[in-house]
Amino acid sequence: MAVITYREALNQALREEMARDDRVFLMGEEVAQYNGAYKVSKGLLDEFGEMRVVDTPITELGFAGVGVGAAMVGLRPVIEFMTWNFAVLALDQVVNSAAKMLYMSGGQYPVPIVFRGPNGAALQLSAQHSQAFESWLAHIPGLKVVTPGTPYDAKGLLKAAIRDDNPVIVLEGEMLYNTKGEVPEDDYIVPIGKADLKREGDHCSIITSGKMVLVAMNAADQLAKEGIRVDVVDLRTVRPMDVEAITASVRKTNRAVVLEEGWEIAGIGAQVVDYIQRECFDDLDAPVVRVHQADVPMPYAKGLERAAKPDLAKTIAAVKKVMYVD
Amino acid sequence: MASKKKSESPQTADSETLKSLLHSMLLQRRFEEKVGEAYALGKIGGFCHLYIGQEAVSTGTLSMLREDDYVITTYRDHGQAIARGMTPRSVMAELFGRIDGCSRGKGGSMHLFDRNLNFLGGHGIVGGHVPLAAGVGFAIKYRGGDQVIICFMGESVVNTGAFHEALNMAALWKLPCVFVIENNKYGMGTAVERAAAIKDLSTRAASYDGMYAEHVDGQDVMAVRDATSRALTHARKGQPVLLEVRTYRYMGHSMSDAVSGTYRTKAELDEYLKRDPINLFRAKLLESGDLSEEQFAAMEQEIKAIVQDSWDFADASPEPPAESLYEDVLVTTES
Repeated sequence: MAVITYREALNQALREEMARDDRVFLMGEEVAQYNGAYKVSKGLLDEFGEMRVVDTPITELGFAGVGVGAAMVGLRPVIEFMTWNFAVLALDQVVNSAAKMLYMSGGQYPVPIVFRGPNGAALQLSAQHSQAFESWLAHIPGLKVVTPGTPYDAKGLLKAAIRDDNPVIVLEGEMLYNTKGEVPEDDYIVPIGKADLKREGDHCSIITSGKMVLVAMNAADQLAKEGIRVDVVDLRTVRPMDVEAITASVRKTNRAVVLEEGWEIAGIGAQVVDYIQRECFDDLDAPVVRVHQADVPMPYAKGLERAAKPDLAKTIAAVKKVMYVD
Repeated sequence: MASKKKSESPQTADSETLKSLLHSMLLQRRFEEKVGEAYALGKIGGFCHLYIGQEAVSTGTLSMLREDDYVITTYRDHGQAIARGMTPRSVMAELFGRIDGCSRGKGGSMHLFDRNLNFLGGHGIVGGHVPLAAGVGFAIKYRGGDQVIICFMGESVVNTGAFHEALNMAALWKLPCVFVIENNKYGMGTAVERAAAIKDLSTRAASYDGMYAEHVDGQDVMAVRDATSRALTHARKGQPVLLEVRTYRYMGHSMSDAVSGTYRTKAELDEYLKRDPINLFRAKLLESGDLSEEQFAAMEQEIKAIVQDSWDFADASPEPPAESLYEDVLVTTES
């Protein structure tokens, strides 16, 4: 199997789906002539032309709405946000138009659209460019929200998102674009709503998604050296969430750490913990511990930024806490 | 609704067409008077924004449109829905929140949709639907079609960012969009001159190279048709249009608001009532001989029966079943 980057995996997904279905087009800032701010759309303009790979003005609210309108009348837009931080300007279209159209039209107008782009913090980009939006978007009925953490999942989930007849949010990671992994060359999709057990262990579950999957895997490696075997549940989709995968893991390990990139209050982890207390109350040997960003806007200074982010050390400490070791 | 083959020249309208225009406007008026009655009786809930006074805009524009063209509008959408050809039954049942409503009781007054008529809905966030119209225009161009989309909006929309973003892209990409500003002078209770730093709203188009713009008397249905005809000619060639139609809302912003009071005087309202679009057009047709008093009386009777029938139909239609609560959140099929 070929080893390619997360960026290349997304590029393949776009190329294959655009070749497969001429209703699919890509629109966003710098996606065409510039080949993408993060080069995810590299080469697509040359291959598919300017009607299907469309540079926009810097108008998130406007071009998100253009996508929704085009989807209402039968096209299948992929709308790229240069980062989800900028997509806050477009949330009216995501939340009020895309997510609600089918319902408020009594089932007449599906909106088959993908909104995608990098989510969460990179390095020293400070407060306005370092936000994780999983919980904001997962809150909204009418949306599906996927958070691929590996090249394989990135390609398979983006392809599934493009083929889905509903609005699908794809949260990528700026820090993930250069990561590598095995990706099959043949056509495949990763089903939306299905978690993946990325590592098997019977002492403690780490339930996570997106960029934090790498942190969880590193933590599992470290802990294995100390004889602690960790189950890593990669949710892959945070709406709809694979509750069965969560409960199956927690029933096996009786202990859980929930790791997410975003803030604590009303975060994705809060929802995971709710599922655990509802479904696994009698299975727990310790209270669930959450690892998340500190409850502050992201600082610029290196040391402060490190202190604010969820990371390997915090995750290991959390596992040890629920294991009652140290 | 105009058929696909119908001539787009408003000047050649025959007697039958003229009477159908009057019929369309009168149906909207009587329908909404009935809506007001139903609201007072608690048959209709929530926000309910009446269109009374603006009927020449919906009829004038939509009577020029083809069946395969598209329409999108705001939450003040009853008039356009009926002018586009949605049945009073399906609209009234929606307002009553019943299963036979056009949106199966999920949308209500502000969200009337009819896919069969390319009626892309009433939308509730001021300005939010304008980019959607540009998106429909984009899809038309993408497919190489010659349809257009008419996007209605109140005058307060011209102050939103979404309006500018959408019109800029429509002009940049030469999209077949006709943006119709229904200037009824008030954004809820705020007069246009207290909200927009511009007097002549159609001149907003000057910000976008190549956009065609004009303004027209919105109380004169034939003038609206005339302007729409020119607008469609431009839009079908890929030149977007900004059309300001100057009209007046005779009722309050919504059923919960006063008709006049702190923000406008009774005297002002009375002045505009003298230019009621239906009275003006009826008088014109009576004078030209295209309509007789007897024909008008018969039209009133027929419309009264249609409106009553829509009420009876809506009243008899069942409430949406409990299991429909979770339907239409997501499409279950994948393509």
